[in-house]
Amino acid sequence: MRDRAAALERAALLGPGLLYAGVLLVVPLGLILVYAFLTGGRFGAVDTPVTLDNVQRLGEPVFRDVIFTSIGLSATATVIALFIGYPAALAISKLPRRWRTVAVICVVLPFWTNFLIRTYAWVVLLNNEGLINQLLRATSVIDDPIGLMNNRPAIVLGFVYAYLPLMILPLYAAIERLDPQLAEASTNLGADPLTRFRTITLPLTVNGAFSGCLFVFVPSLGNFVIPELLGGGKTATLGTLARDQFLKSFNWPFGSAVVLVVLVIVFVIVGVQNRIASRIEGTNMKATP
Amino acid sequence: MHGLNLRRLAAGILALSLVGVACGGDSGGGGALDTDADLTTQSLVISNWDAYTPEGLIPSFTEATGVDAELSLHATNEEITAKLIQSDGAGFDVAFVSSQFADQLNQAGVLAQIDPDFIPNMANLAPEATDLVGIDFSIPYTWGTTGICYREDLVSSAPTSWNDLLDPADDVKGKVTMLQTDRWLMLPAQKSLGFSVNTTDADELAQVQELLASAKENLLAYDDVTFYSRLVSGEAALVEAWDGWCNYGIAENPDIKFVVPEEGSDLWADTMVIMKSSENLEAAHAFINHVLEPANHAQVAELVYYKVPNPGAMALVDPGLIAQFPNLGMSSADLLEGEQLRDLGEDNQTYTDIVTEVVAG
Amino acid sequence: MSRPMRFHLFMVYTFLFLPIGVLVVLSFNRSGLPTSWGGFSTRWYGELVRNEQIREGVKNTLIVALGSTIIATVLGTLLAVGIQRFVRSPFVESAILAPAVMPDIVLAVGLLAFYTMVEMPLGRLTVLVSHSLFCMAFVTAVVRARLAHVDPSLEEAARDLGDTAVGAFLRITLPSLAPGILAGALLSFTLSIDEFVIAFFTNGPRNPTLPQVIYANVRFGVKPDVNALATILLIMSVLAVLSVQRLTRPTDTIEAS
Repeated sequence: MRDRAAALERAALLGPGLLYAGVLLVVPLGLILVYAFLTGGRFGAVDTPVTLDNVQRLGEPVFRDVIFTSIGLSATATVIALFIGYPAALAISKLPRRWRTVAVICVVLPFWTNFLIRTYAWVVLLNNEGLINQLLRATSVIDDPIGLMNNRPAIVLGFVYAYLPLMILPLYAAIERLDPQLAEASTNLGADPLTRFRTITLPLTVNGAFSGCLFVFVPSLGNFVIPELLGGGKTATLGTLARDQFLKSFNWPFGSAVVLVVLVIVFVIVGVQNRIASRIEGTNMKATP
Repeated sequence: MHGLNLRRLAAGILALSLVGVACGGDSGGGGALDTDADLTTQSLVISNWDAYTPEGLIPSFTEATGVDAELSLHATNEEITAKLIQSDGAGFDVAFVSSQFADQLNQAGVLAQIDPDFIPNMANLAPEATDLVGIDFSIPYTWGTTGICYREDLVSSAPTSWNDLLDPADDVKGKVTMLQTDRWLMLPAQKSLGFSVNTTDADELAQVQELLASAKENLLAYDDVTFYSRLVSGEAALVEAWDGWCNYGIAENPDIKFVVPEEGSDLWADTMVIMKSSENLEAAHAFINHVLEPANHAQVAELVYYKVPNPGAMALVDPGLIAQFPNLGMSSADLLEGEQLRDLGEDNQTYTDIVTEVVAG
Repeated sequence: MSRPMRFHLFMVYTFLFLPIGVLVVLSFNRSGLPTSWGGFSTRWYGELVRNEQIREGVKNTLIVALGSTIIATVLGTLLAVGIQRFVRSPFVESAILAPAVMPDIVLAVGLLAFYTMVEMPLGRLTVLVSHSLFCMAFVTAVVRARLAHVDPSLEEAARDLGDTAVGAFLRITLPSLAPGILAGALLSFTLSIDEFVIAFFTNGPRNPTLPQVIYANVRFGVKPDVNALATILLIMSVLAVLSVQRLTRPTDTIEAS
């Protein structure tokens, strides 16, 4: 009796949600996987024959370049965000306890404003008639405006700005979870702050760092707004490529192939991260008493 | 007794329904237009670019015909075309799209054939306009050509050729923009090399691609919307522009000039199209008819600073405006020297691929 | 904390708030442009209210956000409770959270293909359904976090004392979950309001959402009334974040992996 009730309860709780999410997640992803290997109709339909053409096309030098450019831009942004975010997270963890929550909220706040508007804010700052150029000219540092946007550095800046809060949060969470006794112990054993950081803090927060990197790398990979608004439409990324295939060329199979590449890259990175994380976890387990 | 009546009743109903089917036609979409349709029961949803419809146009139409019309906005040709094809025109009655996109929509089976009997004002169109390809499903709203818009005071010598854009002089390198939409992006290279804007020859296209790739190095951006303000601010010195858009720049800075390069250019037209699925076909035709009224069409020219293919309307345009914006005074003959952009069917994909590869390079 | 660290943190906050601050200041600039200060003015807020495009966008966004939040909250809460009680496999857990961490373009494109396949016309409904999907993942995460602080023995006791499963759930568990559910709902609402990419791909040609309207506007360059809109959205976000923070105390605000 209890078993049947339990089974019913389980179905009632998990059923609707799983069904809803299942259909809306699995089917679309499955479609992408399938479409990538089909042929395109003229106006967006897909048709058999099954073909490897789309995937092969991605191997052409031009598109290989797009893939590497995208990975490069996202990776650069991730590394920069890491170098900015880690010290910031450390600094927040050293604030008096009362201030820490406020500090974290202040980090998250920009993230909750509309993404387009945040990007647009940089257009206001960076363009030739924008504030930064105005300032530099007003203080006679330069005579003519410098081109601060419509280039790749501006795209990287856009990515860093957009996702920095997502880098800081997991890092901070990981740092907060550190057992303070470990730090104390190492200090008592004579370690200086740098060694302490290298042997205790860093290894134990690696997972937080990985999460943060993931939260910057993954979304930036498929982003097409920033390359367009800040990059001057001159840089093709996986995001802009996918958007164009679906909304301009109506070439859904090729577009699906592009999206598939994004998915594969994400899976590979997550997989690698999991591997390394568990390896480090294992090492840490052995290290702690 | 009852049986007899029932049978006659049934026969009568059958007969009536047959007549109904014969007379009623389709309740919407594709059927023949009804001259006695009561327009006041119809309503329209119209999609156009922002600031491309004179403010008084739709209210005056509603007043004249009793048809309620709602204006929806779209930002780009590709966007509205993609959505219309996707939804088979659902939700809209009339849309404003550039002619090659009208062509594409028609091939996708989304558009209704225009019935000239319901647009008597078509007679107001310039004869060259009615000769344009696609007139049976798209009525020209504005037309013009593409050229180079430049700051006279920022260039050492006035540009005369597309090469001044593709291979700019040293002092303007990095201060040049090209249009972003595929067909117009390719145009300067195609014309510079002496090819047709509708070419599908693989060799020619390869040369075009090479030229575009080398041109990209000196570009500030590919820009469809802010290029004239870049000129006004001086961020750019030379831009590829539609003639009407250049006028927006001229309005803000009289040092800005427009020129059609000597190698020639295109003839583009923004057109009005009707969805086949529309249930308000008569009202849609009436709307187009209303636009083609010289007084109304003149308003369009005065608002958007574009030429309209309506000699009667152009004659009504304030001469001061034409003095300020010389390209408004271009004659139809001049315009016709431009090549009309046509939809290329399967080869559209080739063009898009070339542009993708150029941008990715 | 060392000087350099303090300075670094200060710079990070400057970096994060500078662009937003600029927008807020500009929204009160009479001239609306960064090139000149024309004096303090609220004219752009007036223009904003008069802007029909933006009003349309707000209306559509609210409809979508409300609808998707309701679906996401109900299903997400049920899921959270279900996972807490019945699911041991971390794989299922990550699968459920997947929509939240996937690049939005992947979801957007997949859903577009899906709606086309089932011949569902694109419009507010498709956006609503799409949003509810990834909002659900967030609600589940938040409610799960809250559940960890709810004592299961209370509900068990109620059932032992004769209450029905559903009754016990509604009377005991749900009230203590309430802050978490509310936080999840608020989160879902905020996310939906801001969401652009999925709406861009799965919306029909009419009834654009607010982010879609913003996108169409900012492509035309710097627009003064967008600055006003940005400020308003910022204030709303601040309130939302503070509320979520309040409601999810004393748990961490993030349930990082």
